[in-house]
Amino acid sequence: MNQGINVAGVYVDDQDEALAFYVDKLGFRVHTDVRNGSYRWLTVQHPDQPSFQLGLFTPGPPVHDDATAQTLRAMVAKGAMPPLVLSVSDCRASYARLKAGGVEFIQEPIERYGSIDAGFRDPAGNGWKMIQAPHGTT
Amino acid sequence: MSARESRNAQPPASPTTSDAWPEPALLRRLLRAKDRIDAASHEAWPVKRLAAVSGVSDAHFARSFKRAFGIPPHRYLLTRRIEQATALLRDTDLAITDIAFATGWESLGTFGRIFRDVTGRSPGAMRVDARAAMHRLDRVPACVLKAAQRPDLTCAVLEKRRGGGADTVEPSITEAS
Repeated sequence: MNQGINVAGVYVDDQDEALAFYVDKLGFRVHTDVRNGSYRWLTVQHPDQPSFQLGLFTPGPPVHDDATAQTLRAMVAKGAMPPLVLSVSDCRASYARLKAGGVEFIQEPIERYGSIDAGFRDPAGNGWKMIQAPHGTT
Repeated sequence: MSARESRNAQPPASPTTSDAWPEPALLRRLLRAKDRIDAASHEAWPVKRLAAVSGVSDAHFARSFKRAFGIPPHRYLLTRRIEQATALLRDTDLAITDIAFATGWESLGTFGRIFRDVTGRSPGAMRVDARAAMHRLDRVPACVLKAAQRPDLTCAVLEKRRGGGADTVEPSITEAS
């Protein structure tokens, strides 16, 4: 596929901590990790989804002034950023595995209309839903 | 010490230093208390219990929570209970009495009154309306949709009305605003 969404990012307050979370706990892979002074372009990938990169970006200079960076950090920390959805084949199994690995779950698996979803947060406060689609759908 | 550890470090106990708290780190801990309400809104959430989750004093918690999320913790809890009750009305055939108790109210009368105050409809009318509206929203993930239908509770709701007499309910938490 040549056209489509290639990178979308989340703000995190600590890129090292985010990297450890997304790679060591969720099982993502590092795609790009490049620094230029204090700026660090960091993206990770789901192992099954090579066409998409999730950026882990820190608010701050040179992109943001101090007040803007502080606001963005606060928005992330109070869970005000948009919902993120991770598609899984077995929500309950993923829940058990990730919870044992220390992921901060905010909702246990619940079945609704045949799909099963659970919720967790990354260390910065970004909220993820982990959804298992009903059988026979995508 | 990593950046997060230094931001999460507990400040000295002196109250005069509380303004020096790094705001995002405190917000992250307040969010943890809010998440706990979300996960178990049917449980009682006294301020003391929530403050312990966030690692702050009771007085500091209520004030900080309201500043962070716009409403006091007690009122946030009510929005979650009503959201949950609305979902149960729509998605199950449970009796309204069962829904009242399942969502944390200790009296059917209090549940019905607050539900009407907040949503403008009785639980029975909500069941009919919510089921009729469902087909338009079936493309939104159910878990996201449920949160989006949370009531916007920006005004105070009295759990006990003056002269109400018949209802006896222990407030789940005391509202401090």
